[in-house]
Amino acid sequence: MNFIKKSPWILHYDGSSCNGCDIEVLACLTPLYDVERFGVINTGNPKHADILLITGSVNEQNIPVVKQLYEQMAEPRVVVAVGICAATGGIFSECYNVVGGADKVLPVDVYVPGCAARPEAVIDGVMRALAILEEKQKTARCKKGTQEGAGV
Amino acid sequence: MGNRTIIPFGPQHPVLPEPIHLDLVLDDETVVEAIPSIGYIHRGLEKLVEKKDYLQYTYVAERICGICSFMHGMGYCMSVESIMGVEIPERAAFLRTMWAELSRLQSHFLWMGLLADAFGFESLFMHAWRVRERILDIFEQTTGGRVIFSVCDIGGVRKDANAQALDKILSVMDTLEAETKELTQVFLNDSSVKHRTCGLGMLSGQDAIALGAVGPMARASGVDLDMRKLGYAAYGKLSFEPVVETAGDCYARTAVRIREIFQSIDLIRQCVRLMPEGDVIVKVKGNPDGEYFTRLEQPRGEVIYYSKANGTKFLDRVRVRTPTFANIPALLETLKGCTLADVPVLILTIDPCISCTER
Repeated sequence: MNFIKKSPWILHYDGSSCNGCDIEVLACLTPLYDVERFGVINTGNPKHADILLITGSVNEQNIPVVKQLYEQMAEPRVVVAVGICAATGGIFSECYNVVGGADKVLPVDVYVPGCAARPEAVIDGVMRALAILEEKQKTARCKKGTQEGAGV
Repeated sequence: MGNRTIIPFGPQHPVLPEPIHLDLVLDDETVVEAIPSIGYIHRGLEKLVEKKDYLQYTYVAERICGICSFMHGMGYCMSVESIMGVEIPERAAFLRTMWAELSRLQSHFLWMGLLADAFGFESLFMHAWRVRERILDIFEQTTGGRVIFSVCDIGGVRKDANAQALDKILSVMDTLEAETKELTQVFLNDSSVKHRTCGLGMLSGQDAIALGAVGPMARASGVDLDMRKLGYAAYGKLSFEPVVETAGDCYARTAVRIREIFQSIDLIRQCVRLMPEGDVIVKVKGNPDGEYFTRLEQPRGEVIYYSKANGTKFLDRVRVRTPTFANIPALLETLKGCTLADVPVLILTIDPCISCTER
């Protein structure tokens, strides 16, 4: 892989993970994996982000935070659930304060398995998300085109 | 009195990968008070002990925190082993000590990177994490995992390290030591870094004791408190002295952690050289009955594991007191009187692990 068409900016939110996936997400940015060379930047501002990386399961207290972050992101946007906890709740699924995977509140596009998800898997997930992002962009453009056409 | 403003910090904040929320009460630029609210990553792991039996719970305990996962598993195993009167093989004790020290190393490198990020030194962050990958490679080679190993088990450890792997560790330690010396020079001597850490967040030794600070936070204020001196696992057979600094500011806490990195490298070398031959696990029979307190030293300080068993395979209670929880009162004290721009550096100075704290 020599280049990617778009350089997605990433917003990372730790649902209720054990930190394992979070440090692997951060490890993707650091010299061994270094996704920044493709222009992938971990941003703290949801309005700048294209991809939401969510690690860990959701609970009653963080559901509003997760929803708010997602709503603040500009369209088109993609959600990647990193790790088994974000997919189903994993080993914590029986805990009383765990509602379940991220898909209980958000439309998840890509699931990255693993406990903890390896950086290679996280990068692969982001690449797949990028393809979905492009697809979404195309459909959005088509829709806009037909609407404008109908207006005339 | 000027205008009082309340600035919310978190739960999603660029400096911290983890969610913690602080309400910072400001008088112009100065923080007057910090009010924490937690609960964003509470899962209820202590109650999960009712649903997972005491052997399965080892893997839950490891997932209390992904940074010091090995030590959580080790603490839980030590408490159950003590209840059951299981004597682990000597090689297992040395392997546990070695992995625990490797965990401390990677955790301190991780913290150094995050601190550098907090004061805006991006390339230093990258260098710290580059060096950290060497330790993760050792983990991957000896246990198969990078952050969660599932290698600790009741009765010993589930994997053995062969002579070749141990030799490799020794050679990596040499490279690591050289690289660390180069890297830590920046933290200790660079004037722009010192400008951000010297004299910031003073905590006196008396306050550290009164507020119940543990680990590097207490040791940087001159409190000689290191649970490894209790001699659990193989620490009783190794020679080391707790790292203590007296200044009590951010710089002293940085210095304590940096000196601990060299101490850990030395301990790992001692472990490898003294590693006895033999089995690594003993078979455990029956169910535990009784209760026990275990104290051990994590990268962030003392962690307490309390287990209570009733003779069935499900434990009655597991209680964990984590170091970050013990350090939060000290953090709130040091935040008072600092400027808003220094808040990220001060929060990172306790090396917060919210996932441990809330479980």
